[in-house]
This record gives sequence, structure tokens and C-alpha cells, in this order.
Amino acid sequence: MAEANNTIVAMKGIHKSFPGVQALEAVDFTLRRGEIHGLVGENGAGKSTLIKVLTGVERPDKGTIELDGKQVVIRSPLHAQDMGISTVYQEINLCPNLTVAENILIGKQPRKPWGVDWKAMNSHASEVLGRLGVDVDVTRTLGTYSVAIQQMAAIARALEIVSARILILDEPTSSLDANETQQLFDVMRRLKSQGVAIIFITHFLEQVYEISERITVLRNGRLVGTYDTAALPRLDLIKLMIGRTLVEFESMTETRLESGKHIEGEALLQARDLGRIGSIEPFDLELHAGEVVGLAGLLGSGRTELANLLFGIDKPDSGTLRMAGQEISEFTPLDSIKRGITLCPEDRKASGVVDDLTVRENIVLAMQASRGWFKYLSLPEQYEIAEQFIRLLNITTPSPDQLVKNLSGGNQQKVILARWLAINPQVLILDEPTRGIDVGTKAEIQRLVLSLAEEGKSCVFISSELEEVMRTSHRIVVLREREKVTEFVGDVDEHQIMESIAGDQT
Amino acid sequence: MNQSTSASSLTWAKVTESKLFFPILVLAFIFLFDLVAIPGFFRIESRDGDLYGSLIHILRNGSTVMVLALGMTLVIATGGVDLSVGAVMAIAASVAALMMNPYVLAEELPPHLMSMMQDPYFTYSPLWVVIPVALIVSIVCGLWNGLLVAYGKIEPMVATLILMIAGRGIAQLITNAVRIQIFYQPYAFIGQGWLILPFSLYIVAVVYVFSWVLTRKTAIGLFVSSVGINFRSSFFSGIDEKKIKLMAYAFCGFCAGIAGLIASSNIKTSDANNIGLLLELDAILAVVIGGTLLGAGGRFSLLASIFGALVMQATTTSMYALGVPANAVTAIKGLVVFLVILLYSEQVGGFLRRIGGRQGV
Repeated sequence: MAEANNTIVAMKGIHKSFPGVQALEAVDFTLRRGEIHGLVGENGAGKSTLIKVLTGVERPDKGTIELDGKQVVIRSPLHAQDMGISTVYQEINLCPNLTVAENILIGKQPRKPWGVDWKAMNSHASEVLGRLGVDVDVTRTLGTYSVAIQQMAAIARALEIVSARILILDEPTSSLDANETQQLFDVMRRLKSQGVAIIFITHFLEQVYEISERITVLRNGRLVGTYDTAALPRLDLIKLMIGRTLVEFESMTETRLESGKHIEGEALLQARDLGRIGSIEPFDLELHAGEVVGLAGLLGSGRTELANLLFGIDKPDSGTLRMAGQEISEFTPLDSIKRGITLCPEDRKASGVVDDLTVRENIVLAMQASRGWFKYLSLPEQYEIAEQFIRLLNITTPSPDQLVKNLSGGNQQKVILARWLAINPQVLILDEPTRGIDVGTKAEIQRLVLSLAEEGKSCVFISSELEEVMRTSHRIVVLREREKVTEFVGDVDEHQIMESIAGDQT
Repeated sequence: MNQSTSASSLTWAKVTESKLFFPILVLAFIFLFDLVAIPGFFRIESRDGDLYGSLIHILRNGSTVMVLALGMTLVIATGGVDLSVGAVMAIAASVAALMMNPYVLAEELPPHLMSMMQDPYFTYSPLWVVIPVALIVSIVCGLWNGLLVAYGKIEPMVATLILMIAGRGIAQLITNAVRIQIFYQPYAFIGQGWLILPFSLYIVAVVYVFSWVLTRKTAIGLFVSSVGINFRSSFFSGIDEKKIKLMAYAFCGFCAGIAGLIASSNIKTSDANNIGLLLELDAILAVVIGGTLLGAGGRFSLLASIFGALVMQATTTSMYALGVPANAVTAIKGLVVFLVILLYSEQVGGFLRRIGGRQGV
């Protein structure tokens, strides 16, 4: 009973879909007054879409939002602010060249008959910051302070201008050091005691455990559940985030790992002590022809960094990499492509598709790059290649001349796969190839990876979903905190892998 | 029935989406205006087989901006801009003038040399040396811009501003601040000659064909667009985006050099202070009118940029023909540019497409 009265936000049955992606499906979310509520999930789980729905950036397709027990429709971010919902983003959107006081109070400056009352403004700003336990000179420009202080100013602004009752902090600690994080946590606790409800989004699980009372887990656009932090061991949380999915893959093939195909002979790609300071600790890795190696680990565990190192996006500063026995000295994507190593990058939009080029142009891009400027593929050749892969990968597009940006996420991903398959690579590194795409396409891509391995290619498969990694891989490499922890071959159960992903702190 | 409706609205959509649509539309409007307002604007006369008239005048006077616009198109398509083309024109002109007549820098000259300098068939270096050297110097200028932008990671606006400012000074240094008069007749033919049509038009045609082949018969065009749209994805696909940018700026320098030769041949001096003055802006506007996105880059059309240059020149020539004072012409030019940019806005574009759709039904 008391709990019902305490609820400030209740989102029920929220659905939201974007072309080709079901971003949220029947998600419920409740927030209580004066609580810090952790919202966790891997990339593409639907955290940001849920927040966008709550802050009026996106309208839900279905579902209701109740605020203080009354049903509301949140029309716009401004409207959300009027209702006391405020967000502080990862990148702080304040003006670094204005003073701290101006940043906090601009738009609501105390006035005198002939202009701004600077004195009142500065003292008011210091007072607001003081309430957060921050003592700084508010007349200095914001840019002269650390990111942590800037974040405090953003929070102060949210409280002051919006009189926020619901504060959303989106990855606030990602650029803070340990001390600054504690400083932020102090502020959060203070606000909590004043009755502000805080949604805390982060991928640092230990921080969720440190500060939040309840945790809501999302996966693949669905609600996994809301739990009391104290009653949820860390290993269980990780299971909830990346573990077995309920229905979607029932029809899929048996777990690859159990079949444990033993690969012999010399490695195709062999890394020895390969590492890069600040990116990933030195690791050993061998890839053989005809096998799929899965990389498992949480977000930020170093999966992408490892992939970037193998493909030459980043240059290693220690160790060696050999391709078919030959040591590699040139590390650029172009050199890798010429050697037959390819990488399907994690961020499809930012580093995958070239959205204003056509499907055909996107497909031939890497092949043309490896041929150089002057051995230009003629248009008939380009159409032939494009049409071949549109058929092979079942890409849904009205024509090869359609701009890629008009395709759904899953089809865009297939276009990128086609780009790499066109150069007939020996090594395919796939970084989250199934993120944010529909279930049917996911299964298609998994099958494709397995059939490529059968053809004798060597694949690296990276995914946040352990289940998926287990199903497609012959071998699983586990990464934790930017370090290769262990490798599993043959009979392993999910639990063992989970434990090694989670580490000893459970 | 349904089939034909969708087909006709499809073709209309194709027409309106073509980069040529707006520049040609605007050019048509300008000519329509001329047809009404200026009697005899479209008259073309033949003198000894050579053609003269306002239209020919537009083509001839627009040739420098057309050549500049070709190079500028590639630079803008990579997401950059080159503000230094006007200054590079001045450098090319100074180099050419000095090579043809280095004696002007001497304090005193023996009389036989003095008389030789005025000889319309005297040149110190032959044209087949003068032109390549001037163009190589221009390409080096372009390479400098490209190095700053691609490898130095300096904002294109800032990087090319350096040469824009310094370039005219360099041009002055080359000729020791002397405005060198050009008497050599064959050189004057570049900008003033006539072979039925003005000779400079043939130069534009050659540069156009060269750049068309460069961008459509090699992978360079695809790579330039790709780098402009998303340089990170391009890098992941194995495209060396730095080399592509370097090439674009070098080509832009090359085009500026050609424009500089045409301009100096036209006025028969190397006037480092005035050759190509403010032409970088005309070239940029020509490309923008041609539908290549300034700042964002991406897809481009060389022919549309040529039409963009013609829109600029047609406006100027029409205004002069109307008797608008030279000072006011820039204001009219500004108005035309404003109207074209307005046409490119989402709203107006969507409106035109809807009209077409309705007509189709």
C-alpha cells in the first residue's frame, strides 16, 4: 500500500519500434520517490529508447505513462521538463565559456530593473551548488573546472531550472575518476534524501551495486525484471543481462561448443602478446581455418579493442601478429583487407555503412579499395557483384541503386557483410553483427557465420549475448576488464563461462 | 493506369532529385528574364566565322569560375573547402609572366633587350615550359593545402585561409612586386583567342572531360563521395581517406592554376593584387548552386557545378546588359544565390515534388 503511494513514475506495456527493429516490447518500469534506480543492459537492450520515451523525445507506439498516479502523455522534452523530468547526458551540454553561475541559471537570471542582478545570481548559484555539497567559485568559466564539477553544474541546472523531481543520469561516471565518482555519488545520495528519484544508467556494475536500491534489467528491448539490489547477486545480474533468451532461438541448431570440433594444424592468424596500452592488455590468440572463435565479455571488457587491433584500426605497441606464418608489420585496414582480414564494426551507423551511397556502392567499396584508385570496377561488374550478394544474403531492397540509409538495420548489416564477403576474406571478425536487428535476420546471420566456417574461413564472433556466442562458436575466449581471462574448448556449461565473465568479486 | 501514374511521378521525382535540376531551372529563369527585359540578348553574330554575343560573353567570362568550380567540387565533396584558389591563380599568373619576361626585374637593360621585350613574339621560355611549370607550382600549392587538411587535421576553412592570405604575398615576391606586362601574343590567345567559340571554352571542356574521367572512370569519384559522407566507415573499408583528400586539394590547385593562366592572359598582366580576387567565393557558390553540400560533402555532380558557375556569370552579364552599376551587381548576385539556396531547403523541395506528383495523377 505504502509502496503504491510512493511510486512517482509508472510506465506500463511500453512498445516502440523503429524501421526493422523492435526497440521496446511490453516494457514496464516503475520509479519510487527518493530512490536511486539502476537501469542496466547491454548495448541495444533498449535503455536509451526507454529514457527517450520518458523524456518525450520519442512517443511510444503502445503503453501508458503515469506520473504521480495520473496518466500523462509526454509530448516533448520541454513538456517533460515542465513535469519535473530532467536528464543529464554523458556529454554535458552546457557552455564551457560561460561562468558556472551563468550556466546554472541562464534563462532564469535574477533581474534588477536595468538588467541582470549579477550579485544575486552568483550568490544564488553558490547556494544551489552548496546544497549539493560543492564549493567552487561560480564566477569562473565552466571550462576551467573538471568534468565532475561540470556534471554537478549540469545537475544543479536540472534541479534549479526544471525543479526536477525525476533526474536521469545517463552514463554520468564514464569520464570520471574514482574520487570524482564518489563526489557524484555523495550528491546523488543528498538528492535522494531530498526526495528526488534518480534513474542511474551505467555499464559499471559495481557502481550500480554501490549506490542503487533497485535494478531494472533490459535485454533485446524486453524487460527481464526489476530486482532489489541487495537480493540480486552479481553473477545472477550478469546472467540476466547476457544469459539464455526465453523464446527467440528455440528453433536454432545445437550448441556448437558441445560438438567441439577439434582444429589441428597451423594457425591462420596468430597473435602473441599483442597489446596496446590503455586499450587491451597483451594477449595470445590463434585462429584456425574453419573455426569460429567467440569473444565473450561485458560491455567495455575489451572485445572491440581486441578486434580493432587484429584489423589494424589501432596499432599494437607490443607483441606480434602473424598471418599464415608471416609476421605483419603494416597495421592499417587497407593492409588487412589485402591480407584477407576483415572487420564488421560494432557501430554500424558510425563506422559501417556509408549511408548516402547506394547498396551497390556500399557492397563494392572494400573490394574497390583493395584494387586501388585506377583499377575501377566497371558498372556492369559492380551490378553483377551487388546483385549476386543481394540474392545470396537475401537483402531486401527495391534495387541495387537504393540508398543504404533507406534500408532497415538488418539489411544494412547484410550490406556490410556483403562488402566483406565480396573480397573473399580468410578471416572475418564480426563485432556485434546481430545487435539491434530483428530475430529472423539474427538467425540468418548466425547460420551464415557457421556456413562460412564450413567453407574454411576463420571467424571471430563477438556478441553481448552469451547464448548466441555459445551457439555459433567452436571456441570461446573470455575477456574481462580489458584482459583476456581464459579460453574454453569442448564441454563447458554456461555457468562456468558466466563465472569467468563476472570474475571473482561475486 | 496505376502503372503509368506511378511511372510519370517517378520520372518527375527523378528529374527533381537530379543535381542538375535546380541550376538549370534557375538559369532558365534568368534567361526568361533576359528575353523579356533585354532586347537582343540572345542575338549571336558571326565575325569572320567567330561567334559573338551576350551568350558567348557569358561562356567566355564564366570560364575561369567554371574551371575553378570543377576543382572546388571535389574538395567540397570530401567535406572540405578551398579558400585559396584566388591566391593560387595569382601565383600561377606571376610564375608564367616572370618566365616569359624575366628582364623586367632588371634595374637597367641594354637597348636591344628593351626593344625585344615589346616584341609580341618574344618569350624567354617557350609556352610548353611556361604552362607546365605554372601548373606544377599550382599543384604544389594544392598539395600544401591537402597536407594541412588531411595529415595536419586542420579545419579546411582555416588551413586554406593561410594560403589565401599568404598566396598574394608570394605572388608579389615572385615578381618582386612588379606588375609584369605580357606582350607575348600566343600566350594572349589562351584567354582572348577565338576558334569559332572563345578558346578558353575549349580549355574548360578539356578540364571538364579530364575531371569527369578522373571521377567516373576511376574509383576516385566513389572514394571522394564516400570520404565526404562518412570518413570513418570509409577508413574501415580500407579507403585511405588522407590520400583522397590530398588528391582533391592538389586537383583543386591544378584547376586554380589553369584559371590563373586564363585570367592573366585575358588582362595581359600578372596583377598579383587583383587576379582571382574573391573568385574563391564565386567558385564555392557555383558548387553550392550545383547541389554539392558545403561542409557535409558527399555526392557531387561536375556538370551541375558548371551550370552553377554559369548561373553566377549569367546574372552578372545580364545585370551589366541592363545597365545596373558594377557596385550593385554583387547585391543582385547575392539575391540570386539566396533564391537558389531557398530552393534547396527541405520545404521547397518537397513542395515541388508534390506538385509533380499531383500533375502525375
